[in-house]
Amino acid sequence: MNSLYYQKRLSRNIGDKFFTSLSVICALIAILPLIFLVTYILIKGGSQITPELFTLEPNPPGDDLDAGGINPALVGTLIITTIASIIAIPVGVGGGIYLAEYSKGGAFSRFIRFGVNVLAGVPSIIAGVFIYALIVSTKILFGSMYSGLAGGMALSILMLPTVIKTTDEGLKLVPNELRYASLGIGASMYTTILKVTLPSAFRSIATGVVLGIARAAGETAPLIFTALFSYYYIIGFGDLFYEMGSLAVLIYNFALEPYDAQNKLAWAASFILVLSILSVNIFSRILAAFTEKTKRV
Amino acid sequence: MEEKLTLFKNRKRFGIEKNIDIIFKNTALVLSSFVAIILLGIILVVFFQSFESFSRYGLKFLVTSEWNPVKDEYGAFTAIYGTLVTSFLSLLITIPLGVGTAIFITEDFVPKVFREIIGSFVELLAAIPSVVLGLWAIFVMEPFFRAFFVFLHNFFGWIPLFSTEPTGRNSLLAILILVVMLLPIVTSIARDSLNQVPKKLRNAAYGIGASRWKTIFSVILPAALSGIMAGVLLALGRAMGETMAVTMIIGNSNAFSWSLLSPGYTISSMLANQFGEADGSQVSSLFYAAFVLMILSLVVNIFAQWLVKKFSLKY
Repeated sequence: MNSLYYQKRLSRNIGDKFFTSLSVICALIAILPLIFLVTYILIKGGSQITPELFTLEPNPPGDDLDAGGINPALVGTLIITTIASIIAIPVGVGGGIYLAEYSKGGAFSRFIRFGVNVLAGVPSIIAGVFIYALIVSTKILFGSMYSGLAGGMALSILMLPTVIKTTDEGLKLVPNELRYASLGIGASMYTTILKVTLPSAFRSIATGVVLGIARAAGETAPLIFTALFSYYYIIGFGDLFYEMGSLAVLIYNFALEPYDAQNKLAWAASFILVLSILSVNIFSRILAAFTEKTKRV
Repeated sequence: MEEKLTLFKNRKRFGIEKNIDIIFKNTALVLSSFVAIILLGIILVVFFQSFESFSRYGLKFLVTSEWNPVKDEYGAFTAIYGTLVTSFLSLLITIPLGVGTAIFITEDFVPKVFREIIGSFVELLAAIPSVVLGLWAIFVMEPFFRAFFVFLHNFFGWIPLFSTEPTGRNSLLAILILVVMLLPIVTSIARDSLNQVPKKLRNAAYGIGASRWKTIFSVILPAALSGIMAGVLLALGRAMGETMAVTMIIGNSNAFSWSLLSPGYTISSMLANQFGEADGSQVSSLFYAAFVLMILSLVVNIFAQWLVKKFSLKY
């Protein structure tokens, strides 16, 4: 009769309770760093935010109490990420179109898909080493060594696999009926892709690409010996061929400085970087959830 | 009627349109092969740049730990050892934590809303740049753990891993920051593979009287094992290649030590530190180290992909 009721003292129930609390603890430990990290950055970095921060050049580390601003790094991050996007998005979307629309699952497409996964796993610093050997040390870009352009190229290598993958997967989700209908009324293949399949996969591709850009914006390792760092304002087109600062490298350089003023600048830069990356992430997540809901209807 | 037929005949595709179609297809083909070109390019460039060092030291490079630009003697043992130790030990901590969190998210202990919030929180952690984690590690984590490290040394100093006086920046801190970085990867992949286990299996286990955790351990985890393993391998690849956070907190010393409480080195932190200022045969040796790192991460990644293909769930 008793066996019909839940018995607390049964060893299986005690074991269950134990493991349940263990997994709760795991989950707590997993989210604690994020909470600590975000609150710390918001408080410590947020308190450093002033209007001058966005307009001034950083002062070279030294005894001055005033560290200046992060304008060149902010502009540099925007420029380098834009260069990376200009290279990676067309190549990635084009490659994704080939994989999803033209390839018929043969050896070539399997090899490329495999290559995409392998390239995604290549350590980011290797991309920097590669661009250093190919572009920086050879001075192939009109004699300039370290440059924002080289940094953008290094970042584009990291973005490329993400863009190809999201394009490939986004296009695969487009129902075949749409393709048949378009081809059936006499549209050519490229019209079908550009006017029918690509637009209907646009939102999922855009989400993935934006997430890829956000990730690239925070990458440091490929930049430290391709774009290097600069303390000076970016004023013209020619500056692309010279050393260019970025938020990520600024954080790296100034975190290791022994001076408090520089460290504070690193926190302020982290605040801006993390806030923009997290808001992009949250926004695209909401957008993706919204898309899924509308699709189900 | 005749007129209509000719009209129909003339409704052929124009030559120019056909050409555009062909050009479009071939452009896409070329763009997709860029991936292969870049991948091969990376391997070849790094290999050829390391050739000088490779021919001079051969495999001895991997087992000697002398790194002396003045005497021009190079060996990367400390860095290779550091890379392997930090990545494996961090993984050892991450696996139970990550899988435990994934189980918490996929079981119904708390309402779905909370689980989804925790899940997306963990994923957001993955979006935080590693350089910011490094900054946080220097200014928050290091002071926080300082007393704990002293305690470790005082009570477990007889274990070689804790045998030295803790220094401000050390390998153990690098391992801990790697745990923070790997947790989202392992958790999200483990969660996806747990979610893919069919409900039928769970119901069958409950039906024959298994308790919840008996079901998890004997049915659900084994069924999701291949996916989890692949996630773990991907995390291992990430850990070995991770640069910024580790470089900022590991202390960057080429002096070999068994102790985790002393400063160490990884291949990527060595590259980040020395590449900018290196010249002569040091550059070649750094490329050699980069080549070793690349081979390590390639092997891990390819093995992970093979595992996914070979053992992917078939229900």
